[in-house]
Amino acid sequence: MALRPAESVGGFLTREQIERNFADLHPPLGCAQAEIEAERCLYCYDAPCIVACPTSIDIPTFIRQIRTQNLQGSAETILDSNILGGTCGRACPTEVLCEGACVLNARGEEPVKIGALQRHAVETLMAEANGHPFTRAPSTGKRFAVVGAGPAGLAFAHRAALLGHLVTIYEAKPKPGGLNEYGLAAYKMAEDFAQKEVEFVLGVGGISIEYGVALGHDMSLEQLRADHDAVFLGLGLGGVRRLGVPGEELRGVVDAIAFIEAVRQAADKSTLPVGREVVVIGGGNTAIDAAVQAKRLGARNVTLAYRRGEAQMGATEWERDLARLNGVAIRLWAAPVAVEGDGRVERVVFETTELVDGKLRGTGEMVAIPADMVLKAIGQVLIPPGIEALAFNGDKLAVDADYQTSLPGVFAGGDCIATGEDLTVQAVEDGKRAAHAVDRLIMKRG
Amino acid sequence: MADLRCRIGGVDSINPFWLASAPPSDKKYNVERAFAAGWGGAVWKTLGEDPPVVNASSRYGVHKDGAGRIVGINNIELISDRPLDVNLREIEELRREWPDRVIIGSIMAPIDEQAWKDLAIKLANAGCQGIELNLGCPHGMCERGMGSAIGQAPDLVEKTTRWVREAVDIPVFTKLTPNITDIVVPAEAAMRGGAHAVSLINTVNSIISVDLERMVPTPTVDGLGTHGGYCGSAVKPIALNMVQAILRDPETRSLEISAIGGISTWRDAAEFIALGASGVQVCTAAMLMGFRIVGDMIDGLEGFMDSQGYQTIEDFRGKALRNTVDWNDLNLNFDLKARIDHDACIECGRCFIACEDTSHQAIRIDAKPGGGRKFTVIDDECVGCNLCQHVCPVAGCIEMVEVRDDRPKVTWPNHPKNPLRVA
Ligand SMILES: Cc1cc2nc3c(=O)[nH]c(=O)nc-3n(C[C@H](O)[C@H](O)[C@H](O)COP(=O)(O)OP(=O)(O)OC[C@H]3O[C@@H](n4cnc5c(N)ncnc54)[C@H](O)[C@@H]3O)c2cc1C
Ligand SMILES: Cc1cc2nc3c(=O)[nH]c(=O)nc-3n(C[C@H](O)[C@H](O)[C@H](O)COP(=O)(O)O)c2cc1C
Ligand code: SF4
Repeated sequence: MALRPAESVGGFLTREQIERNFADLHPPLGCAQAEIEAERCLYCYDAPCIVACPTSIDIPTFIRQIRTQNLQGSAETILDSNILGGTCGRACPTEVLCEGACVLNARGEEPVKIGALQRHAVETLMAEANGHPFTRAPSTGKRFAVVGAGPAGLAFAHRAALLGHLVTIYEAKPKPGGLNEYGLAAYKMAEDFAQKEVEFVLGVGGISIEYGVALGHDMSLEQLRADHDAVFLGLGLGGVRRLGVPGEELRGVVDAIAFIEAVRQAADKSTLPVGREVVVIGGGNTAIDAAVQAKRLGARNVTLAYRRGEAQMGATEWERDLARLNGVAIRLWAAPVAVEGDGRVERVVFETTELVDGKLRGTGEMVAIPADMVLKAIGQVLIPPGIEALAFNGDKLAVDADYQTSLPGVFAGGDCIATGEDLTVQAVEDGKRAAHAVDRLIMKRG
Repeated sequence: MADLRCRIGGVDSINPFWLASAPPSDKKYNVERAFAAGWGGAVWKTLGEDPPVVNASSRYGVHKDGAGRIVGINNIELISDRPLDVNLREIEELRREWPDRVIIGSIMAPIDEQAWKDLAIKLANAGCQGIELNLGCPHGMCERGMGSAIGQAPDLVEKTTRWVREAVDIPVFTKLTPNITDIVVPAEAAMRGGAHAVSLINTVNSIISVDLERMVPTPTVDGLGTHGGYCGSAVKPIALNMVQAILRDPETRSLEISAIGGISTWRDAAEFIALGASGVQVCTAAMLMGFRIVGDMIDGLEGFMDSQGYQTIEDFRGKALRNTVDWNDLNLNFDLKARIDHDACIECGRCFIACEDTSHQAIRIDAKPGGGRKFTVIDDECVGCNLCQHVCPVAGCIEMVEVRDDRPKVTWPNHPKNPLRVA
């Protein structure tokens, strides 16, 4: 999906300002800071934070290991449950996961900074590691195919490799990481972390990746099944929803995902096109990320318009605050009805909305917001090429308790199935659990 | 308004807070700053015969809690490394400039009567209101037959105390080492030697830590380490116990005590006084935070005394000593049960795991209807040990409630289960 640039190209901010704007949102903790923060942990028994973590990291244990300066052990505790613990420490919405469950909240205090501590432990290990910390089981002689080198595919591949299987990952894009590389906000993944992490994951051995090969174009499920003992699909959600309003094709109307991808991939962000007046449509985290990054690229006014109220927004409170702190105006109860302009977008027309008996209704009142760039962020969908033979559950792939799709020997996980939220950490958990399930079924264990 | 004036071993002081003999009282410059900050007195850094000792570097090691705060320090410093004359001149000057403050001269010498007497006389002539015998340093000086080498031999404690008593007519404080089996024995010896008061404790012998990279104890001097004296808040419980042991013993209960060991706050000081100490000395807390801490010590002690209606230190001195008894005097029919306040509970599970793993399996977890966990004490299993209350991170969440019944007091000597019961 090519980015169709707004005509006003960059130039609002200097390169130095933009570099600063895209540096680490939260600089990493130093060792002394980490130890002091770790000391705040109460070392709860059967801790609520563990339950709140989709990958069930033994959080009190890894924090105690930071306290005892056993950083290697700490990182291993994390990575044993979540091989992408580094990205998760940076990008998880901890306010609704582990940190939201921290008992210190109940004592009226700030929760322990679990995400930052996790990042500290993992990145220290990655920087100092003498090789990969885990050792593979003896070879089973089984070969698995994974489609998609995103968090789900990588987590599956790593766990399968650990269990002694050989894994080939087929990835349509030129780089691995999935949305870790192309989607997460740039200031969360500073310093090319996604690529460093993939390299670290592959350090376990037994995993190879083929790039530029897409299921449904360059290969078929049938072929993959024939050549491997099992197939795991970690496809993510490749498609984007359309607004379905007149004017959507005007120049300057862009998918937020494509915009973010361009931001992530630009070697020099100051050359990126960004509007003066940007309107972002949507209420989820993608909308927030697009709005904040547009602002940090130098857009003068960024308005995030959402058709319902704050309580219904998918974006967490922390993310809404981040947007507001960055000067993004959040406009609630506004549904887009038309994009207008002469060849390129000049304004978006919204109808104000209200809830009547639980149903969203237009009020008839119209508001036009000037715009020279519109970023659409109203949700991603699974695109079918190559998976037509599989049964769906709603708009995602149907799987059983073993992550097996309707086609025997084909498994799936991550955003393309409906387990929990569409989050990196959930994709990792899916991949990990699916690998154990496949291992059990194929090796006829227990 | 509370009156902090007090009399310690016959020496009058404007308040009970003195600096202990150590680096904070090493020279005029320091002591002057301390007096200006409000300290009532200073026991001068221990002086010996010339030539002065030579100190090593480094000298200190520390023991920290998990949050990185120092709970104790250890030192391998010796006595004053400055010439005796310089010290005497500075003491004379301070005596003139600060007439309302106490200066006690601390001395140390080998087992040589004349040496002890000469030092004591010189210090008395310089204007000291009392002499303290340092029989405590557990490192360095003891290898030369001084410090704890004397403090650990009761006959030498008695002898050196007597020598100093004979030499001067000002009060004599014998400073005891805690590195012994029973503190009452050296205390008795000091008493026999004629001490007006005993000062305790000096530092506890220790190795503070081992550097695991270099495989050497800390503090490390050119690749080697040695044992040193441990002090600071970590030693307070040891010192408190020794104070009560001396003051509850029929032989030594009339001794006056200048209490030392881990005193950092007015509260620490009040606890020593409540167990019978006449005044206190402070070293580590001043070393870690500076002399200004005395402001709050004075203020806080006054506030405490006012709130309790104590007008003078004597009004509460030794008040807790009456309630300090032998184990055999405890009532074994007294029964406590832990009670968890479910509204205050933050559900960390610390009480549960402490009791479950290491105590009496007396806490139950139930799932709450709306999610979460409810912790409840099983009274029949609870022995009232207090462990859960101590590990609970929420103040006031776990309360120990007395079980009121009409069972009479029973102690071990007359307990039915005691095979040697005295009927
Ligand atoms: C803008 C944005 C911001 C986000 N921010 C966060 C955040 O801050 N924190 C968080 O936890 N989550 C965030 N998420 C969600 C998170 O990125 C996803 O939940 C996670 O990446 C899902 O992992 P996955 O492996 O299932 O899919 P993906 O990461 O999408 O990876 C799928 C991979 O499969 C490849 N692929 C797809 N189809 C084919 C095919 N036919 N053939 C070959 N390869 C194929 C893709 O190229 C991609 O590499 C964000 C998502 C978006 C869109
Ligand atoms: C560095 C250092 C040097 C000390 N030097 C002496 C000394 O020369 N003479 C002495 O009697 N006690 C000396 N002490 C012991 C202190 O006077 C005091 O008894 C001990 O530190 C306990 O008190 P505290 O816990 O307040 O520090 C020294 C202590 C320290 C830390
Ligand atoms: S007081 Fe001791 S025995 Fe009773 S519940 Fe608490 S920990 Fe368990």
